[in-house]
Amino acid sequence: MNDLSMRTARIALVGNPNSGKTALFNALTGSRQKVANYAGVTVERKEGQIATPSGRTLSVIDLPGTYSLRARSPDEVVTRDAVLGKLSGEQPPDILVCVADATNLRLVLRLILELKAVGRPMVLALNMYDIAQRQGLRIDLQGLARDIGCPIVTTVATRKRGIDDLVSQAEDLITNGALSAENTWREPDAGQIRDAHRRAQQILKANVRAPERPDTFTGKVDGILLHPVAGLLILLTLLFVMFQAVFTWSKAAGDALGDGFTALGAFVAAHMPGGILTSFLTDGVISGVGSVLVFLPQILVLFFFIILLEDFGYMARAAFLMDRIMGGAGLHGRAFIPLLSSFACAIPGIMSTRVIDNKRDRLTTIMVAPLMTCSARIPVYTLIISAFIPNRSVAGVLSLPGLVMFGLYASGILSALGVSFIMRRLLWRGAVEPFLMELPAYKLPDPLNVVRSLYLRGKIFITRAGTIIFPMMILVWFLSSFPGAPAGASDPAINYSLAGRIGHLLQPVFAPIGFNWQMTVALIPGFAAREVAVATLGTVYAIGNTDAAPGALATTLQHHWSIATGLAFLAWYVFAPQCASTIGVVKRETNSWLWPAIMLVYMTTLAYFAALIVYQVARVFGLG
Amino acid sequence: MVSQAANRKVALVDQRTVRLSAAKPGDVGVIVEVRAESHPGDHGVGVDELQRRLLEFGFVEGARIEVLHEGAIWRDPIAVRLDDMRIGLRRRDAEDVWILLDAK
Repeated sequence: MNDLSMRTARIALVGNPNSGKTALFNALTGSRQKVANYAGVTVERKEGQIATPSGRTLSVIDLPGTYSLRARSPDEVVTRDAVLGKLSGEQPPDILVCVADATNLRLVLRLILELKAVGRPMVLALNMYDIAQRQGLRIDLQGLARDIGCPIVTTVATRKRGIDDLVSQAEDLITNGALSAENTWREPDAGQIRDAHRRAQQILKANVRAPERPDTFTGKVDGILLHPVAGLLILLTLLFVMFQAVFTWSKAAGDALGDGFTALGAFVAAHMPGGILTSFLTDGVISGVGSVLVFLPQILVLFFFIILLEDFGYMARAAFLMDRIMGGAGLHGRAFIPLLSSFACAIPGIMSTRVIDNKRDRLTTIMVAPLMTCSARIPVYTLIISAFIPNRSVAGVLSLPGLVMFGLYASGILSALGVSFIMRRLLWRGAVEPFLMELPAYKLPDPLNVVRSLYLRGKIFITRAGTIIFPMMILVWFLSSFPGAPAGASDPAINYSLAGRIGHLLQPVFAPIGFNWQMTVALIPGFAAREVAVATLGTVYAIGNTDAAPGALATTLQHHWSIATGLAFLAWYVFAPQCASTIGVVKRETNSWLWPAIMLVYMTTLAYFAALIVYQVARVFGLG
Repeated sequence: MVSQAANRKVALVDQRTVRLSAAKPGDVGVIVEVRAESHPGDHGVGVDELQRRLLEFGFVEGARIEVLHEGAIWRDPIAVRLDDMRIGLRRRDAEDVWILLDAK
C-alpha cells in the first residue's frame, strides 16, 4: 500500500451547489490553481496546491457541486466517479472535504450519509459559519461530529477564517493514517432516499436549533425580484443596463486592443522583408488573433455582470423568470445565461452551456447560441446600415437606422426560439427534463472572488483563442493568400487566391440573392471572424485602410450595390455561420463533428433563404 | 409503486389535500405523499426518476412547504419554501407531490 506520509496527499472538495465550495477552494489554494478539462469530457477540472505549515504539500481538487452521488449531469458524473475513485486518468482522493452551507444543512446531511458510505476519510467544513451565527443558529458541533462520524471545522471562506483549522484537520487524518473503509455505496432507490432523509432529520433535530433570527432578507427581496410583473421588468432593465455597459465600458479597451494589433501588424510589416513569412505573421497571426482578442474587453464586462449576479444569487431567479418564456420554445430556463453571453460572443456562450444538466437541452442551446447577435456582427451591420438605410426619423422619435438595428437583433432572437422549437419537434419528441432548481439565499458578492473568477474566464477565453481559433485563422489566411497574385496583376491579390477562386466559383449560386463576386470573395475570409468581411470588402474594392476612412467604403458600396443587395447582405449576416471559431468550439464541446456540421448546414440554409426572400421582395418594391 | 393502503389513505383525507401543482401562492402545509405515477413519458425522465429527484431535493413526506411565488405566464413555474430552502419547479413536475394544507 502506498505511504501517504511520503507523497502529496490528494483532497477532493465535495458539496451542494451554492455552499461556497469554490470560495473555500480559492481560500485554500490562493493563486496556486490550474484549470483544465477532465480527460474526454468537457467538465472543468480545478486543481490547486496547499503548502501546510509542517512542510507538506496537499493537492486539492474542486469537484462540481451536486445534491447526490446519483449523478444526472456530466458534471455530477465526474463528481461521483472522482469520489468513488473510478474516474479514468485520475488518482482516487485520499481525503474528502465535504463543504456545507451551515445555514442550510438538511440536504447536505443526506449527501454526507452517501459520502460516508463510500468509506473515505472525510472532514466536514461548515462554511458561511458567520451567517449562521448572525442568524442565531445553534449547532452542537461535537454532537454533530459524533453522529455523522467525522471531524467538523467551521469556516468562513470569504474571510479566510477556519482555513488553517481545516488544513490541520486534513493533515491529522493523513498523519494518523486514516484508512478508507470498504465502499458500500449503491445507487439509492426512492425508499432509501426517504430513509436517508429521516436519518438526516434525526441528526438535525438532535444537534441543530432553529435560528433565532432567520434570514428574512431573501424573502423580502424575492417578493420584488420574483414578482410576476415587477420581476420581469427588473430583469429586462438589468439586461438593458448590462448591454449598455458591455458596449460602452469596453469600447475604449477594445479599440485600443484593435489599434494595438493594427500597429503591431504595421510594425512587423515595416521591419521585415516582404514575402510569405511577413504575410503569415501580419495577415494570418496578428490580425487573426487580434480580430478575436478585441472581444476580450466585452467578454470580461459581460462576465463581470454574470459573475456578480451569479454570486448574489440572482441567476437562479433569472432562470426562474425566463423558464416559461424559453420553455415555450423548448429551451431550459438555464439556457438563459449561455444565450445572454452569446450576445457578446457565441464562444463563451457555448462554453457556458455546461451548466445545463441534460444533454439534449444543452445541444439545443449550443445549436441556437450563434443566432444571437454577437458583437462581431455589429461592424458589418453598421457599415451596411450607414450605406443603405437613410438616416430618417420614424414617427418623430425613432431613427430608421436604430429601428433596423433593433430588427436585426430581434430576428436573431426570434429565429433562435424558432429553431429550438423545431429542433425539439424534429429531433427529440421526448418531453423536456424536469426543472428543479434551488433558489439560494441572497449574499453580497465577495470582490476578491469576483476578480478571481473573472480572471479565470479571461484566461480560458485566451487559451481557447490560442488552441481552437488560431488554427482556423491560419487556414483562412492560407486560403486567402495562396496562390499569390501574378506579376503585373492589376486586381487585389485576394482575387487570385484560392478564396478568390472559390468566391468566383460560388458566384452563380449567390446571384439569386443579389451577391456580386466581390461579396462572395469577402465571405471566405469572413469565416475567420464576421467583422473581417468589412476589411476584405475594403480590399476587394481597393479602398485601402477602412479604419482610417470608414465612410469611404460605405460610399463605394452605395455605388456598386443596389439597396436590395445591401438588405440581402444584412439578412445573410443574421443567420450565416460566418465564424470558424464557433464551429471549432462546438466541435470541442460536443466531442463530435456531427453537430458542427449540422450547424453549418442549417445556418447556411437559413441565411440563403432569408437573403433570397429579402432580395426578391426588395426587387419587387423597385429597390433592385 | 404506490401501495393500495397509501392510495386509500390519500383518498380519505378531505379536500385540504391538494397536488402541489394546483397550489397557489400563500398555501402552507405539509407534504403527505410523493408518488411516481402522473403522466409517465411527459417529464423527459421516467416517473420513478422524477420521484427520486424530488425526494433528493427534499420533497419528502413530513416536510413543511409553502408556495411563495409563481411565474407570469400560466402561473408557472412556482417557487416554494421547503423547510429552510427555496426551490423553483414547474407545475407539471409537481403533480405527484401531495400536500395537506394547514387549516385556515
